[in-house]
Amino acid sequence: MNAVLLDPTGERDPVKRSPLAKPATLAGLTVGLLDISKARGDVFLDRLDEMFKAQGVATRRYKKPTFARPAPISLVQEIASQCDVVVEGLAD
Amino acid sequence: MSLPNGLIAVVKRDCPTCLLVDPVLVEIERAGKPLTVYVQDDPSFTQAAGSVDDRDLAQSFRLGIEIVPTLIEVVAGREVQRTIGWVRSEWAAVSGLATLGADLPAHRPGCGSKSVEPGIAEQLALRYGNTGMTARRVIVPPQEDDIEVCFERGWSDGLPVVPPSETRVYRMLQGTSRAPAEVLGLVPPNLSACTIEKVAINAVMAGCKPEYLPVVIAAVEAALDPAFCLHGLLATTWFSGPMIIVNGPIRERIGMNWQGNVLGQGNRANATIGRALQLVVRNVGGGRPREVDQATFGTPAKLSFCFAEDEATAWTTLGEDRGFRRDQSSVTLFSADGPLGCADQKSRTPQPLIRSLAGSLRAVTHVEMTNASDAVVVIGPEHGRVFEQAGWSKAQVLGALHAALQIQGQDLGMGTDAAAPVATPNTAGTRAKFRPEGLTLIRAGGQAGLFSAIIPGWLMKGSLGTDPVSKEILP
Repeated sequence: MNAVLLDPTGERDPVKRSPLAKPATLAGLTVGLLDISKARGDVFLDRLDEMFKAQGVATRRYKKPTFARPAPISLVQEIASQCDVVVEGLAD
Repeated sequence: MSLPNGLIAVVKRDCPTCLLVDPVLVEIERAGKPLTVYVQDDPSFTQAAGSVDDRDLAQSFRLGIEIVPTLIEVVAGREVQRTIGWVRSEWAAVSGLATLGADLPAHRPGCGSKSVEPGIAEQLALRYGNTGMTARRVIVPPQEDDIEVCFERGWSDGLPVVPPSETRVYRMLQGTSRAPAEVLGLVPPNLSACTIEKVAINAVMAGCKPEYLPVVIAAVEAALDPAFCLHGLLATTWFSGPMIIVNGPIRERIGMNWQGNVLGQGNRANATIGRALQLVVRNVGGGRPREVDQATFGTPAKLSFCFAEDEATAWTTLGEDRGFRRDQSSVTLFSADGPLGCADQKSRTPQPLIRSLAGSLRAVTHVEMTNASDAVVVIGPEHGRVFEQAGWSKAQVLGALHAALQIQGQDLGMGTDAAAPVATPNTAGTRAKFRPEGLTLIRAGGQAGLFSAIIPGWLMKGSLGTDPVSKEILP
């Protein structure tokens, strides 16, 4: 006889989300630079900021209060409403 | 379901009282009363004409029979009264036949119904009942090993799990009065709803007994409290995982360990309750190592880390410190790495022992870092006796430890390599090694050994990370 087991998982197939299409050019777009509050993330993002600005690309800076917790919803919404592209400094 | 009108009797041959009342059943039929006789074992034994084979116990289950014989009166498809065993006056009342069984003794006790025999009741509930179990069913083909199937589906922490069959999960759910569909919260990282049923399934897999389930449920509730920050604790590169400390009467009722080898292997409740919480995180939440769990090393304590406190001491218990009475059972969750031993076999008075413990506590995270992680200190019985004989309360010991853990700024040189582009730390004054609420003292351990155990936690604490969370264990 077949054994019957009860599924212990959340019963969701992995959420397969396709990444957004990459823009062909950054002309006219705004790039968000998100510092997650890890040590020296600002050093990396400062340099990127310089390089974007040198190419005439508009940037905006953001910072998570702590890398330990997910970004507050308000910050996510702020970035999503103000930027077209985001660079996130994930590691130190 | 509508019942046959008239009288229903439920009997079995393997019951002397049922044999005794069989002539009474015939008497009822002769009196012209509609009678249905459900027979649980051997339908041929009764002389009554209206006998029905109930060897599959379907009718006995639906009627909720616990004792045979049972006589039930049904009017308009609904039960109006019943009597169990043989009590002449009651049978007369239910049947409406005053002279029933005149030559029988006035009363005889009945026997247990076959439908409530151990092992049978669960099978009947699964076959005919509404168990409330709605989890997706996974069919294991006969040629496959169900334990291997659990591995292949990614349900295991690396050790074999108990396959969560319907019978086992049903039995597990009998350990709580809470409904299987009740949602405890959303488990990160996938934010999947965690029902009591899902907790029960994972508790089966971890090897829990049903009576442990309320502890596991309380632990899951604590872990899902936002203050515990389970998502961050799971995802961190640091060692930590959740640690469960149990207080109150349930420790003894389910046979937990707070004595020798308290942090080690060998006690089923300690080992499986901690494992069940981790399996909930893994399976319901989807939090798996080398995926969202980015731990550099992890710790063996992430397989399971759960123990009880020794409450037979002069100190207040952790449960009391967290706002519970001694007659309430509770869990408190901390973020925790593996234990670090502190040996001091010389101190016979509190002050030098404080110095020893503080010296060992300085090494938590890094000897030259302050205000990094919290720490739990498990004071062993022999160290605890040093404090108790001198009349020191838990608060006094905590105060003395904090006082001994004020670190000179000039001793905090970590990370000041001149070549590294980081700010030179301010070396003026002193710093507290731990935040004021960052040290917790627990009493546990074996009688022999002048040792205590330091259990550091995650680097991220308080509003930036995790705080301990306590929940009452409810039936």
